[in-house]
Amino acid sequence: MSVLVDRDTRLVVQGITGREGQFHARGAMDYGTKVVAGVTPGKGGTSVEGVPVFDTVAQAVSETGANASVIFVPPPFAADAILEAVDAGVALVVCITEGIPTLDMVEVMRILPESGSRLIGPNCPGVISPGKAKIGIMPGHIHKEGRVGCVSRSGTLTYEAVYQLTQRGIGQSTCIGIGGDPVIGTHFVDALKLFQDDPETDAVVMIGEIGGNVEETAAQYIKKSFTKPVVSFIAGQTAPPGRRMGHAGAIIMGGKGTAADKMAALEDAGVEVVRSPAEIGETVERVLAA
Amino acid sequence: MNLHEYQAKELLSRYGVKVPRGKMVESVADAARAAEELGLPVVIKAQIHAGGRGKAGGVKLARTAADVPKMAGEILGKKLVTPQTGAEGKEVRKLLVEEGLAIQQELYLSFLVDRSLGRPVCIASSAGGMEIEKVAAETPEKILRAEVDPAVGLRPYQARRIAYGLGLVEDVHRKAVAFLLSLYQVFRGLDCSLLEINPCLVTEEGEVLALDAKINLDDNALFRHKDLLLLRDITEEAPLEVEASKFGLNYIKLDGDVGCMVNGAGLAMATMDIIKLSGSSPANFLDVGGGASAEQVKNAFRILTSDPQVKAVLINIFGGILRCDRLAEGVIAAVQELGVKAPIVIRMEGTNVELGKKMLAESGLNFTTANSMKEAAEKVANLARSR
Repeated sequence: MSVLVDRDTRLVVQGITGREGQFHARGAMDYGTKVVAGVTPGKGGTSVEGVPVFDTVAQAVSETGANASVIFVPPPFAADAILEAVDAGVALVVCITEGIPTLDMVEVMRILPESGSRLIGPNCPGVISPGKAKIGIMPGHIHKEGRVGCVSRSGTLTYEAVYQLTQRGIGQSTCIGIGGDPVIGTHFVDALKLFQDDPETDAVVMIGEIGGNVEETAAQYIKKSFTKPVVSFIAGQTAPPGRRMGHAGAIIMGGKGTAADKMAALEDAGVEVVRSPAEIGETVERVLAA
Repeated sequence: MNLHEYQAKELLSRYGVKVPRGKMVESVADAARAAEELGLPVVIKAQIHAGGRGKAGGVKLARTAADVPKMAGEILGKKLVTPQTGAEGKEVRKLLVEEGLAIQQELYLSFLVDRSLGRPVCIASSAGGMEIEKVAAETPEKILRAEVDPAVGLRPYQARRIAYGLGLVEDVHRKAVAFLLSLYQVFRGLDCSLLEINPCLVTEEGEVLALDAKINLDDNALFRHKDLLLLRDITEEAPLEVEASKFGLNYIKLDGDVGCMVNGAGLAMATMDIIKLSGSSPANFLDVGGGASAEQVKNAFRILTSDPQVKAVLINIFGGILRCDRLAEGVIAAVQELGVKAPIVIRMEGTNVELGKKMLAESGLNFTTANSMKEAAEKVANLARSR
């Protein structure tokens, strides 16, 4: 098993006629994902990579039975694209777009919790269940089907962690990039709950970074209710306070959101916290052998 | 994007938020003229992108006409060192000359987005003029909060509750409510990531004004605020960071001696961390992004090696969308063109890695390669130490 995406995922690509949308629609198909539709307003009736394009997500859903969406729409229009997918009843919405205004996401979050949809991202690499399906921009070939769940606020750092696992022959059940923005649809706790309920996930790698307090909230949840081993790395131990480190959400403000605080909270919850990003793979190997 | 206090106050008054009468000046003579227009006493305030100016000597009260040029001269051109500027400080190029007002009470008011709620919150405190983090830690009962539903905005009843909570009565209460409602309009209207009025002043006459104002704008929303882009003051930013931003690169100057170039913000931070763990120290944060071109890689390389503190360079790329061959092409071109002397350690993995490695090996240039982050960090630390 896996979480969020599997062989039954039927994907609609919002922004499929754009350069990135087309490129990654191709990539998803090559990986084996069922890409059933694309959406670009004004391009309905055409096709891209053999996939039919619709003007609206609602049309795409009713014509093709799409149950997941991935968004490659430019930042000024991306929040609206999320809400369009939510309104069309798409169960899983993955927003890759980086650079969405925070207050646009605030409006999305006004609607999202009352809908039946789950949002992953924005500003994330997406979700992959190795060997089954991928929704996103991650290089599929570094992954391996298996039983370790990954959840991360970062993109390439997740690839690094996954690569370390795969090199040691440790496969992954599902890898979820929750995104580097301050306001996101799925937090660590939500992802951990999915992994807790997945009988085929044995352990979890959680990669956090400076800024906000989602790692601390996750630590509270792990301490109380999470029964599987967790290995964690927090990026930004050397980041200066008050500076935004690339991700819009990666900033230490008023002494809050430091790597040291997060690492202490996670250690207190019994998580194996590694100091060095090079030790993620070997630590998972050790934890699984124990 | 950060704004100066005088710019923030101009924006506030556009929304009907009261601010003291004042004028931004860039010379001692203009400061004296401004004081004459405003009438004494005046407050002379250094305009830099950092807090803690008062304690550092960047804010002075001039009671006499003779005080004005003397004090303005003391502040202008001075390098102010505050807890937020770093040890090297920031040179004061602009002053705000403002009418001096008699203070009855100082309040704290701010709006920001609560990340876990995904909603704006208003934070208020009767302990104005203090750092809010300190108030929160020492006297949390003095902090008032209101969560804003973005569909309806800050409601008058919420503003009234805050004003009562601050102990304000009658006329001042009414003015504070209007003040708060206007502040939310500023926050929403300008796409602020932070709007902080500390202190908000209640005068002896019962007026409510923004005595200080800090506005941070959401960079991601600037596309719909072209007018605000004109307010950027690049003299307040590190020159290499300004240069990097021209090429869409995310660069932050740090104090160490190992320059680093990485794709992705998380991996870039992790690379800084592992450099430190290997006994060296990162000279910068540099994220070349997911879809960097060879040209961008070249510019990134030029910028990070123009930092005179850099003794060695670590390039760590996990190729996804950014292909390793494209990276190799950019780095080879940069080294050939710029004649870089610092030793370079390259670690790459992912898409087209074999081709990338082959290009580096055949370039005839002296690169040190590494097969893992750990090996790369150790090699670069040794190289930096030996120079």
